[in-house]
Amino acid sequence: MKKRIFALTMAAVMTVGLLSGCGGGTTQETKTPDNSSGTSAAIKIGGAGPLTGGAAIYGNAAARGAQIAADEINAANPDGLQIDLRYEDDAHDAEKSVNAYNTLKGWGMQVFLGSVTSTPGVATSVEANNDHMFYLTPSASSTDVLGGVANPLTGTVDIQRKDNVFQMCFVDPNQGSASAQYIYDQNLGSSIAVIYKNDDVYSTGVYNSFDAKAKELGLNVVSVTTFTTDTQTDFSVQLGDAKNAGADLVFLPMYYDAAALIFTQANAMGYAPKWFGIDGMDGILGVVGFDTSLAEGVMLLTPFNADAEDEATKNFVKTYQDKYGEVPNQFAADAYDCVYAIYNALTEAGVTADMSAGDICDKMVAQFTAMTFDGLTGEGMTWDASGAVTKSPKGMVIQDGAYVGMD
Amino acid sequence: MVTFLTRLINGISLGSVYAIIALGYTMVYGIAKMLNFAHGDVIMVGAYVCFFAVANFALPPLAGVALAMLVCTVLGMVIERLAYKPLRQAPSLAVLITAIGVSYFLQNGAQLLWGSNNKMFPSFLSGDALSLLNGDLRVSLVTVVNVVVCVVIMLALTWFTSRTKMGKAMRACSEDKGAAQLMGINVDTTISMTFAIGSALAAVAGVLYMSSYPILVPTTGSMPGIKAFTAAVFGGIGSIPGAFLGGLLLGVIEIFAGGYISTQLQNAIVFAVLIVVLLVKPSGLLGKQIREKV
Repeated sequence: MKKRIFALTMAAVMTVGLLSGCGGGTTQETKTPDNSSGTSAAIKIGGAGPLTGGAAIYGNAAARGAQIAADEINAANPDGLQIDLRYEDDAHDAEKSVNAYNTLKGWGMQVFLGSVTSTPGVATSVEANNDHMFYLTPSASSTDVLGGVANPLTGTVDIQRKDNVFQMCFVDPNQGSASAQYIYDQNLGSSIAVIYKNDDVYSTGVYNSFDAKAKELGLNVVSVTTFTTDTQTDFSVQLGDAKNAGADLVFLPMYYDAAALIFTQANAMGYAPKWFGIDGMDGILGVVGFDTSLAEGVMLLTPFNADAEDEATKNFVKTYQDKYGEVPNQFAADAYDCVYAIYNALTEAGVTADMSAGDICDKMVAQFTAMTFDGLTGEGMTWDASGAVTKSPKGMVIQDGAYVGMD
Repeated sequence: MVTFLTRLINGISLGSVYAIIALGYTMVYGIAKMLNFAHGDVIMVGAYVCFFAVANFALPPLAGVALAMLVCTVLGMVIERLAYKPLRQAPSLAVLITAIGVSYFLQNGAQLLWGSNNKMFPSFLSGDALSLLNGDLRVSLVTVVNVVVCVVIMLALTWFTSRTKMGKAMRACSEDKGAAQLMGINVDTTISMTFAIGSALAAVAGVLYMSSYPILVPTTGSMPGIKAFTAAVFGGIGSIPGAFLGGLLLGVIEIFAGGYISTQLQNAIVFAVLIVVLLVKPSGLLGKQIREKV
């Protein structure tokens, strides 16, 4: 009997724990629509992202950024179209993301704010395409999310273009070739090493296009090494290879968590090349306890800078900090831009809250390919039929523990 | 030659961290005969406790380690009491699934309590202990401490299980719980004690692991947990010197495979070696062949 009570207690504790672990983020992020405004109806926008698990930092940032934008819009247009935003957790898992998408559909979602990360994004974009649901992802940057892009290795189009899907972030290949071009133009390094994560579509996508562009420009790439999620702790082999090959610039197409370890370990072995990163490097200064002097001189191409002086960025950063106690990263800014871009397109296209998702999608696709949008992550952004955004990356360098524009 | 030595040192450094974690794994397996998959997550809890003690409350590092050991010991005993003890008579599959459940519980609990943001573990073991061959060959202080702590723990555990009364009770429980009970050994206390020791070791491992690879997130424990489990199986699960040897070899093979063959195939080679070893010697390098009595 005693045992049974313990078993039951433990089961209950664990169930509650799991529920609060999974659901906690969702309930915090979502807000029930403000019905006090009476007549105005709300359009239901859904989003899915990793609110728990290893990639939770990205999902939570996106959910929070989107929520800030929705709150601002609802407060500013009490009599206009209101936004009812709901985020579901996908734990950076393709299967769970489809479940999350279906949950949102059951809730009555009319526009989908997309998956936050690429692997789930590839899965949900197929579903949304079948349902003809408008899809704008803040940060799932793989070309497979959009479809219609030829595989660089085989030259064939494996995934057909999903005409309802658009991206707010750079598509991966653009980042890689832009980085190679930038390194070449500014003559940043004579011998270049690359370390990338070969089980990650984001990292490999950037690397492949970097590699192609580097060959075209004749950059001297002396060392290429890889790692995976499983070997993401020890970089002595990769750094040793780069050092022995005499690389004076190391290109790091990866997220900042791995990069922080690379900087620490390179410092320990007395290797100090120039470092060049991409937008995933953004956030490295926000790692609690990170010795920012290790990242001194790190260069990166990124669309968003939390230290920018313009009014919109300052307001956003302040609201985010007041609300969540941390500096927003690029994912938060992308999601914030997404909600505004969707809202602008909705009002421009004359969408009302009682329209079906399919009708909204037709109007939105036409609107998106025609409009120009100014946001936190770029000005004069445009989208073409491929779904990829055109905006210019900003070259940044870390100086005295802060991002500074490079140009 | 310098490259070879550098890689060897890196391998030993990585391997000694695996070995410390594997010691905790193998200890619990050897005595309680269960795979405690939550071991990696206890490591994570230990690392967080030490992180907050040192970074937020400005305690000296050693006090942080002691506090982490204390918290983990209590945590380990509580987990054992609440989650595993009611299943003492249940089939081993039920216990295994419960252990996985506890692992997720700890990960999500940590995320709820401390957030999912990366935290940088403060380095209190930075710098080089040795610099040889005109500075080409560096041995960092972390590596030396890792190896020393690892050897000390291994020797202490071997001594404990073979010489002390409690240790002998543990081995008796491991061989035959029923018979041990008939001999007047309190099986519950003994297993509880095993978890206490295993979890205290996990706290030490957490701090040392973080000193080498200082990014702390709620999922920090899962990968080293799996690698250490592999190391324990490699060396012969249940064998204390086996865990030490398995950990070191795994680390060295991993670094050499990455350095001399391919970073792409690094893990594939590590696990291929494991498969070969298990094919040739199914009980692991130092594992004992136990005949099932009918």
